[in-house]
Amino acid sequence: MTDTRQVTETSEPVIEARGLHFRAGASHILRGIDLTVDRGEVVAVLGANGSGKSTLVRALVGINTPSEGTVRLLGEPLGAGRRSAAVDWGRIGYVPQRAGAGGGIPSTAQEVVASGLLHGRRLRLPRGWRDQVDAALDQVGLADRVRDPVHLLSGGQQQRILIARALVREPDLLVLDEPVAGVDVASQEAFAATMERLVDGGLTVLVVLHELGELEPLVSRAVVLRHGKVVHDGAPPRARHDHDRVGHRHQHPHADDNGSRIPRDTAEARALDLEVRP
Amino acid sequence: MMMMMLTDPFMQRALIAALLVGVTAPVVGTYLVQRKLSLLGDGIGHVALTGVALGWLVGAGMGLSPNDTLAVPGAVIAAVIGSVLIEVVRRRGRTSGDLALAIMFYGGIAGGVLLIGIAGGSSGNLMQYLFGSISTVSDADLWLTVVLSLVVLAIGVGLRHALFSVSHDEEFAIASGLPVWALNVIVAVVSALTVTVAMRVVGLLLVSALMIVPVAVAQQVTHAFGRTMLTACVVGVVVCVSGLTITYWYNVSPGATIVVLAIAVYAVVSLVAPFLTRGRPAHDPHPDLPDDVDLPAAATERAAAAAKECR
Repeated sequence: MTDTRQVTETSEPVIEARGLHFRAGASHILRGIDLTVDRGEVVAVLGANGSGKSTLVRALVGINTPSEGTVRLLGEPLGAGRRSAAVDWGRIGYVPQRAGAGGGIPSTAQEVVASGLLHGRRLRLPRGWRDQVDAALDQVGLADRVRDPVHLLSGGQQQRILIARALVREPDLLVLDEPVAGVDVASQEAFAATMERLVDGGLTVLVVLHELGELEPLVSRAVVLRHGKVVHDGAPPRARHDHDRVGHRHQHPHADDNGSRIPRDTAEARALDLEVRP
Repeated sequence: MMMMMLTDPFMQRALIAALLVGVTAPVVGTYLVQRKLSLLGDGIGHVALTGVALGWLVGAGMGLSPNDTLAVPGAVIAAVIGSVLIEVVRRRGRTSGDLALAIMFYGGIAGGVLLIGIAGGSSGNLMQYLFGSISTVSDADLWLTVVLSLVVLAIGVGLRHALFSVSHDEEFAIASGLPVWALNVIVAVVSALTVTVAMRVVGLLLVSALMIVPVAVAQQVTHAFGRTMLTACVVGVVVCVSGLTITYWYNVSPGATIVVLAIAVYAVVSLVAPFLTRGRPAHDPHPDLPDDVDLPAAATERAAAAAKECR
């Protein structure tokens, strides 16, 4: 396994997973995953559908309880229920793949984003929560939608609401599960700009992606999953070669112009079996 | 006439009970609708019936008088146990919540009828619990209602943001390190308490209606969680108090009157609501963003025209 990232022994890893296995019934979805994310890194988790990307990040934030292995978040062990109490949840923001079924009652953007201010043992909203919610919505370009019911927003806007919900607590670590799936290019660029600003401010990011897309310049390391195993951990691999397809507009610099590209026919590159663009 | 009603001590107790139920039931109902468990109140109500019969049995065994002294405490205990049990089943995910509810329905009714027979009563004794019997509310019942209502309101309103979070997106709540299991149990227990609080007013078979129908009314006119809860409470209080007032003048069942009234409000509001929302100024929901595709000149012109139309 290649490992080109700079190991800083002085600071604790932000995410540290060791020997992670996850089984659901007869399916063995994660098969021994080791993953370390250090402070300030932007790590992309890549892989085809069904390779275990979402299952992995869901295990890392405590939604999936791994069958074997350990996860440490910000230096504290993650376990079922009370054993996770030591984790400083206020420093972690999670963006799920898509808005869940939502509830049976319509809720406004403000109400949904405000729920991001509750974490760990904090069960009540802090003073000045409205301003924090406004600021978070402003970061995703939806400041004028504070009072709009979320279910009436478009899919891409709903996705941005979920990002705002994770940003509102001003996390040090952001875990995103395909944050730009189904989001138009203009919004992807806006999202990438927001992320760049936050990363400059010291944010650590673990992001599941189908393709590097607009985030490519930010990504410092890529982890490629295949069949529930890490098959590549190092420099971001090049995307497949449909970038010059008709209708695809390039508005971002290519990070791979320095020649550090991975040969196309290695297992790593094949593992990055990126799907056809939406 | 009105003064006569308000000075009648039976009616005073009944009105206080109705008022409390009118507020608490929709608060809890909002969370149940939010988590798509609208029928949970019914399931708990059925289990509470077994509790009533069990309380009766124990009371008879201890030679207490009247026989039903322990009926309400029995209902509280059975309802709490039943609601927590359903949460456990839901969490383990082996049986769907739907199936678990169904089993509770049948087990609760059957257990109640069986036990009341063993206690030497008849299923007729259960009628006042099934359909409510507000005229028999005693001072002790009223105090229990007041205390339980305050507990339900303190939790339902005080923890509303946390309860909203777990009800809206449970996985996000887990990933935020919230005590999701504890909050879920709190919702279940609070639902159980509400059922027993409302038992005397509308009866166990109709208690769920009082939790859900006001929320359904509120949903027609608002698109926010907080406002839905507030509106539902107003609707709940209005139908409970006016329903009870009707029964002071006409000899009809208070529970049934209240529920029919609530459904009538629902019907009227759903007929009127479209006219209310139509009056609001429309605003263009489409953001003015460029497309991911390069449009031919004619299409660009049409896009500009469409944007103007929306404004």
